[in-house]
Amino acid sequence: MSLLQTLTETPWNSHADEASAVAAHAGTPSVAPQRVALWFFLGIVAVLFALFSVAYVVRMDLQDWRPMPESPALWVNTGMLFLSSLALQWTRMNLHRNAARVRAGLLLGALTTIAFVVGQLLVWRAMSADGYIVYGNPANSFFYVLTGLHALHILGGLWVWIRTGVKVRLGASPDEVRLSIELCSTYWHFLLLVWLVVFALLSYT
Amino acid sequence: MTHIAIADQPAEMHHPHSFVTKYIWSQDHKVIAIQYGATAISVGLIALVLSGLMRLQLGFPDTFSFIDPSDYYQYVTMHGMIMVIYLLTALFLGGFGNYLIPLQIGARDMVFPFLNMLSYWFYLLSVLILLASFFVGGGPTGAGWTLYPPQAILRGTPGADMGIVLMLVSLAVFIIAFTMGGLNYVTTILQARTRGMTLMRMPLSVWGIFVATVLGLFAFPALFVSAVMMAFDKLLGTSFFMPAVVSIGETLDYSGGSPVLFQHLFWFFGHPEVYIVALPAFGLVSDVLSTHARKNIFGYRMMVWAIVAIGGLSFIVWAHHMYVSGMNPYFGFFFAFTTLIIAVPTALKVYNWVLTLWQGNIRLTVPMLFAMGFIFTFVHGGLTGIFLGNVTVDLPLSDTYFVVAHFHMVMGVSPVMVLFAAIYHWFPKITGRMFNVTLGKIHFWATFLGTYAIYLPMHYLGFLGVPRRYYAIGNTDFIPDSATALNANITIAAIFVGVVQLIFIVNILWSLFKGKPAGGNPWDATSLEWQTPETPPGHGNWGPRLPTVYRWAYEYSVPGAKQDFVPQNVPPEDVEMEPGAGPYREHTV
Amino acid sequence: MAFIVAIVLLVAASLLLHWLSPWWLTPIASNWSAIDDTINITLWVTGFVFIAVNLFMAYAVFRYRFNKNRRSRYEPENKKLELWLTGFTTVGIVAMLAPGLFVWAEFVSVPEEAHQVEVVGQQWQWSYRYPGEDGLLGAADAVYISPDNPFGINPDDPNGQDDVLVTSQEMHLPVDKPVKLLLRSKDVLHDYSVAQFRVKMDMVPGSVSYLWFTPTSTGSYDILCEELCGIGHHIMRGRVVVAGEDDYQNWLTAQPTFADTQSAIGGDPLAGQAHFAICASCHGSQGEGNQALNAPRLAGQAGWYIKRQLAYYRDGIRGVHEDDVYGRQMAPMAATLTNDQAINDVIAYIETLPKTKAETTVSGDIAKGKAIYEPTCGICHAPGGHGVWSVNAPVLVGMSDWYLVRQLENYRAGIRGNHLGDEFGFQMRSMVSALKEADAINDVVAYINTLPEAAPDEQASVTTGGAQ
Repeated sequence: MSLLQTLTETPWNSHADEASAVAAHAGTPSVAPQRVALWFFLGIVAVLFALFSVAYVVRMDLQDWRPMPESPALWVNTGMLFLSSLALQWTRMNLHRNAARVRAGLLLGALTTIAFVVGQLLVWRAMSADGYIVYGNPANSFFYVLTGLHALHILGGLWVWIRTGVKVRLGASPDEVRLSIELCSTYWHFLLLVWLVVFALLSYT
Repeated sequence: MTHIAIADQPAEMHHPHSFVTKYIWSQDHKVIAIQYGATAISVGLIALVLSGLMRLQLGFPDTFSFIDPSDYYQYVTMHGMIMVIYLLTALFLGGFGNYLIPLQIGARDMVFPFLNMLSYWFYLLSVLILLASFFVGGGPTGAGWTLYPPQAILRGTPGADMGIVLMLVSLAVFIIAFTMGGLNYVTTILQARTRGMTLMRMPLSVWGIFVATVLGLFAFPALFVSAVMMAFDKLLGTSFFMPAVVSIGETLDYSGGSPVLFQHLFWFFGHPEVYIVALPAFGLVSDVLSTHARKNIFGYRMMVWAIVAIGGLSFIVWAHHMYVSGMNPYFGFFFAFTTLIIAVPTALKVYNWVLTLWQGNIRLTVPMLFAMGFIFTFVHGGLTGIFLGNVTVDLPLSDTYFVVAHFHMVMGVSPVMVLFAAIYHWFPKITGRMFNVTLGKIHFWATFLGTYAIYLPMHYLGFLGVPRRYYAIGNTDFIPDSATALNANITIAAIFVGVVQLIFIVNILWSLFKGKPAGGNPWDATSLEWQTPETPPGHGNWGPRLPTVYRWAYEYSVPGAKQDFVPQNVPPEDVEMEPGAGPYREHTV
Repeated sequence: MAFIVAIVLLVAASLLLHWLSPWWLTPIASNWSAIDDTINITLWVTGFVFIAVNLFMAYAVFRYRFNKNRRSRYEPENKKLELWLTGFTTVGIVAMLAPGLFVWAEFVSVPEEAHQVEVVGQQWQWSYRYPGEDGLLGAADAVYISPDNPFGINPDDPNGQDDVLVTSQEMHLPVDKPVKLLLRSKDVLHDYSVAQFRVKMDMVPGSVSYLWFTPTSTGSYDILCEELCGIGHHIMRGRVVVAGEDDYQNWLTAQPTFADTQSAIGGDPLAGQAHFAICASCHGSQGEGNQALNAPRLAGQAGWYIKRQLAYYRDGIRGVHEDDVYGRQMAPMAATLTNDQAINDVIAYIETLPKTKAETTVSGDIAKGKAIYEPTCGICHAPGGHGVWSVNAPVLVGMSDWYLVRQLENYRAGIRGNHLGDEFGFQMRSMVSALKEADAINDVVAYINTLPEAAPDEQASVTTGGAQ
């Protein structure tokens, strides 16, 4: 039933066909609540980064903005994050087919993610060493805030991912970890997308 | 956890027995709701005392030596912040949201009970951080609840060192707490409704809480973003919001930032925040009115659409708080237009409330008195909002007492009326006991008349041009002495209203232990929470089987039915009819 | 029943208050009577809705009060009625919004012929800048702000040299001429508001906002800051004097230009020494003060502060209150310094005098004094009591403590700070309200006595306003 149809129901009449209503809501949701919650959460994160981006664009137009030089290392990091996203997707696809590949995928995903975060830290260090400190210019400030916030979201996801990996190591069945792996891969793809937008924003200016 | 919370059979639920797991580290939504409620009311009482102190200074300037200007501005700030965020938001969503959602949609609990518990403890942490700012050097921030930079982080404002930092940290923690709770509320409403509980059969309370939570989830990030950026400006010396300034003789290292950018971000959160408080209030009051008028809520669909429409529109009206902020004045056209559009669905809600009374059979119970008191105060506060929303009319009135009077009517008194209505209405369900009706009525009359005595004349000080947030009015040519005398009277009324709230506290505490047993459904209400097998509902809410829902939540006074209410979970064939009235269904289609 | 009566009475009381209220819009003194019209339209429309909805509710509660033999009507909705109500509401909204938008369109488009005046806000005072003969305001920026250039005018911009600077709290405007006020702030948000003009606008540091109006009646009006700007928000007061064209021009030509302030002659300490002989007879040869003669320490006090006080004594602003016994003694002494040059010379000489801490004569509860000083006095006079030029707060540390006590008492009693010409005295009058308890003044001064005397580099900022 479409949302519009739902919202135009006349509930004082609808008990006339309560049989269909009972069938439609048998008390077992078709979508896991965790998935619904994750999608809401992704929406919140999207709003968070969107607002930072709006602030970025507004602030950019003021006169004291001095863009930072682009660091080639960021391309390498982007590649790492892309790989980790791939690794998660691969794990997800092999979940019910190949246990060894699942373990490998879990490990690869974690390693590439850690590589991404470490890579970002190295870029931070290189940038500060070159004199691009956080309060030097609003462009620098935004760079650190955006990359830092993104890395924090990655780390939050990594915690769930590693927990899942440990469960698999301890012999959890694919069904027990299916939801975690699916949700993690969705989250990773989303954060890759966010990173691409942030990266484009940082390089474009 | 999921399958436990939604499961039809409660067998898998563990029943906590020790005091600690039952009342402290509880994952039961009802206990968490009470924890939220008790914390919010306690911190709200602190804010009430702060407002009393402010009023003492305003009514009797030069009298109280313990209130100096920095104290005064700290009271103003903390009063506003606590009331808006830590009391109203927390009590409506963390308190009533938590209590009513699972009970009204027929679930055993929230879908993520552990996250729900965590939400409360983070909320408590944010409250403690907030209160800690009273005890640090320089005291809490005195920047006004809007925390506008640059002044919020500069020396001329009280609490510009530690106070503001703790404030920002507390807000960030609160936002995390809210997000954890909010994800729970929306997921539970979408995924854990019992059989037959279609969206359009949900009570309006759930609708209001649902839309308000969605607003909160997407609006609080704006506050988070502005808090993070302001904390960077304060602690790391960045210039997100900070232009080059000379602060009390000292040239600071900031340059180029935009204070108005902060205001845009703040109000992008701040306006939806108004509806984060108002929409649950709209929902709760609808249910109270319908129950005690023994009549279905008039125009249920319109009420739902209005809630959704108001929620959507609330994201595109924010700059009506900024007509005189120095932003591009051409924005005024757009925001005045969108703001006044919002008046249409809001007015419809008011019409439908009074039309619910029309041809009803009105029981003047205590919750009903508060609910109708709400209609009166909300009409007043809503109409004065039209003055301020219309950009030209706002010019002389903004930043005067008119604004103070307006938002206290619409966002202070009105939601508080609903809170009291809701507390009295659901108290028998929450505690199993009835409150003392006489004390409840005294509480209503004193609060209703008292608050109107405070805020009605305040509008006129605003027309006169008396500025808000003034420690003392001092000497001017255009403010007559009668205005000062009026201020003294307002203060007396305010102190009276503040003291009267003790009656409420006494009533609640006394009734908790000594109130008459209330029974499961003392108001003869239809919605699910009144149909629980136990009162107060036990862990898991529904006993062995979840209820099945056969109709909407407003089946009052159906022609031919023996009783004037038909609960949502009574099968149609079990509805008792008057002799010779024919089967139930024919009368309602 | 009580509820119905209450609602009806509340509606009646609201109307009565409205008709009888002595508190209403101040008599308008600008062209913006259209704003008053929009307020009145909104009042009529909303007033009608307020009365109609509440009386309807009262009637419904009366007519459909509980009766156990009656049933409510079962009526889920009434589309036609709801449609009518929507339409009716929309009409009301349009009736209020449309005039509002028309007037706003006028407000955002400034007439070509409007002359420009700049208003500068800072914590917690106003200053004003008028374009000179070239009709243009020079560029200004916070980076140029210094004691000698409080407006932050770019010294290299030729347009700025003839700008007329008004550092007093009072601005003047010619009547019946549209004026565009350019609003600027040096530190935090402020808001320029004159109730009689109806319009107001925030002043935002880092950018220039504006508003325009035509003053339509001569007179003097309060300027209030209406955006919270720190603990002195309520004492940030200015005045605007609307005058006929001739009076306005006379006033304007008497004000200094930026170039004038930059070329003001510095003081000559040698010439000052000669003038100081009179001062020395009471204040001591080193300006160290003499309690027996009720003469406070002068050495170490900020030059701009002494200069302003001498001018106040000379101009009959200070030392005229009948209870100000010692001030009245000072007034004729100050009159011996007949011109600004003489005052500048004396100040230049005082600045050469050694800075010795005055003897401690006051005792009190230091902890209590600190609790009062830090959040209140310390904001303007600096936490160390060294004074801050930009907020016109003089040095306190090391000064004669008995003198501080007497002045605080004078402020509290209204002996000092009540004269209209004393531009910042009223701010002190308001701030001493934090010292209501009997011993509070002694406590604060006792705390100030414990502060270390100013470090040499901090003395550097304590220079005369006009000295190069």
